[in-house]
Amino acid sequence: MRRIWVMCGAASILPLAGCSGWQSALDPKGPAAGELAWLIWFFTALCTLVWLLVMIALIMTLIRRARPIGDPLVLDATSERHKTRIVFAALGATAVILIGLTLLSFFANRTLAVIGSDAALTIRVTGHQWWWEVRYENSQPNRILTTANEIHIPAGEPVRFILTSTDVIHSFWVPNLAGKLDLIPGHENVLDLKADKPGVYRGQCAEFCGAQHANMSTFVIAEPRPIFDAWLNDQLRPAAPPASPEAKAGHDLFLKRPCVMCHKIGGTMAGGSVAPDLTHVASRQTLAAGTLTMSRGNLAAWIADPQGIKPGAYMPVVDLNGDELNAIVAYLEGLR
Amino acid sequence: MNRCLPLLLFAMLAIAGCQREERDTRPQSALGSGKQPTPVTVLTPGGERPSPSDNKAAAFEANAFHLSQGKRLFNWFNCSGCHANGGGGMGPALMDKKWIYGGAIESIHATIRDGRPNGMPSFRDRVPDDQIWELAAFVRSLSGNVPSSAAPGRDDDMMVHPSENRLPNAATLGKSP
Repeated sequence: MRRIWVMCGAASILPLAGCSGWQSALDPKGPAAGELAWLIWFFTALCTLVWLLVMIALIMTLIRRARPIGDPLVLDATSERHKTRIVFAALGATAVILIGLTLLSFFANRTLAVIGSDAALTIRVTGHQWWWEVRYENSQPNRILTTANEIHIPAGEPVRFILTSTDVIHSFWVPNLAGKLDLIPGHENVLDLKADKPGVYRGQCAEFCGAQHANMSTFVIAEPRPIFDAWLNDQLRPAAPPASPEAKAGHDLFLKRPCVMCHKIGGTMAGGSVAPDLTHVASRQTLAAGTLTMSRGNLAAWIADPQGIKPGAYMPVVDLNGDELNAIVAYLEGLR
Repeated sequence: MNRCLPLLLFAMLAIAGCQREERDTRPQSALGSGKQPTPVTVLTPGGERPSPSDNKAAAFEANAFHLSQGKRLFNWFNCSGCHANGGGGMGPALMDKKWIYGGAIESIHATIRDGRPNGMPSFRDRVPDDQIWELAAFVRSLSGNVPSSAAPGRDDDMMVHPSENRLPNAATLGKSP
């Protein structure tokens, strides 16, 4: 019996290990997440306290009930008054606590709503099955940047996200920075967040969206302003021309084979808009929405057998021989 | 034991729900990479339709998953640019019963893969073979040639009137509030 209790205790502690790190709502790295984390802790602590009080009262009652009682039909006025007072006191305490928690939640929401009111940067995130399209809005059309799955933001500055979707409902959730908000087809949701310190924060689609919902993650990379600006300017350039004869062959193959039907590479004839923009694909840290880390081997694996790595994804198996695959990978690897 | 039996039967019934539709997304190139010639005419001795030269036709023709993928690709690859959602524009209509080059799925596959005179481009090498079969199956479904249980639904924006939940309330329609 004792061993079972120990095991239960150990098992309940285990999930707590997941409460820190780069994807945790209990490890806030920005004001929005901080506000929410404070609410979580306060709600949990208060509710635990109330639960303990109720349990203590219940146990005390059970112990006292063990003693024999008198005739239940005889009314004792003093005792009745006493019981009525206790019931109303408990009712009053419940009402006060619930109203208090509602007010706390309300004021926390007000704080969340003003975080991005002076945001200088607006990022439009469009959910696709199963990847994220990221567009940096700008009043100058030639400064609008479209990329995928990896979101760079300046640290210490509020950023406004406009969230929408093209197919089904997804949900954008980067727990360290903000609460989750749905991406709904034909509708725009606005989420404001701020990262206090530079760092990499993992996000995950938080609304079941189909076969590869689990492999639909994103990375928010907060950087100091100068580094962010340099990154943005770098990404706005058209793709690097192929550096070697092999990469040149890959470039030509990319434009001749099915790749060109869906993907875009800035500065080439490839202009598809239904799949991730590959203009600077090798500068990203992951591949296929966080499924694989970026490397030459993983690029080749992904192109050779996308349906083995991410079954059901809309990247089809393309009939390429070994040389063609190598050439295309050599080209993509150079797109930094 | 008697009490366990219904429970067991119920569990077996529930397990039957675990069976899901097979989705074949990983083609075996050996089965056909779209290199075989497909007969492009119905003018064969005896007047029969071209014999299926590719064993894929049957697998794609009435499969709900492949049909819906074909519908998605039809949109992605901008087939509507010429065929206008099947109604026809610069290119011929696809939802009528007239087939210039034959209405068999093999013929439609050949049309997409090899192109046709007067404008239809060839998508050989641009679209993987399985995806061409999916498109061909969807094109066939546009004129009602597949079982309705497998055919993809029509988009909301193409309905003759808005979907029921978007219609104005009939009780208050035409009256001032």
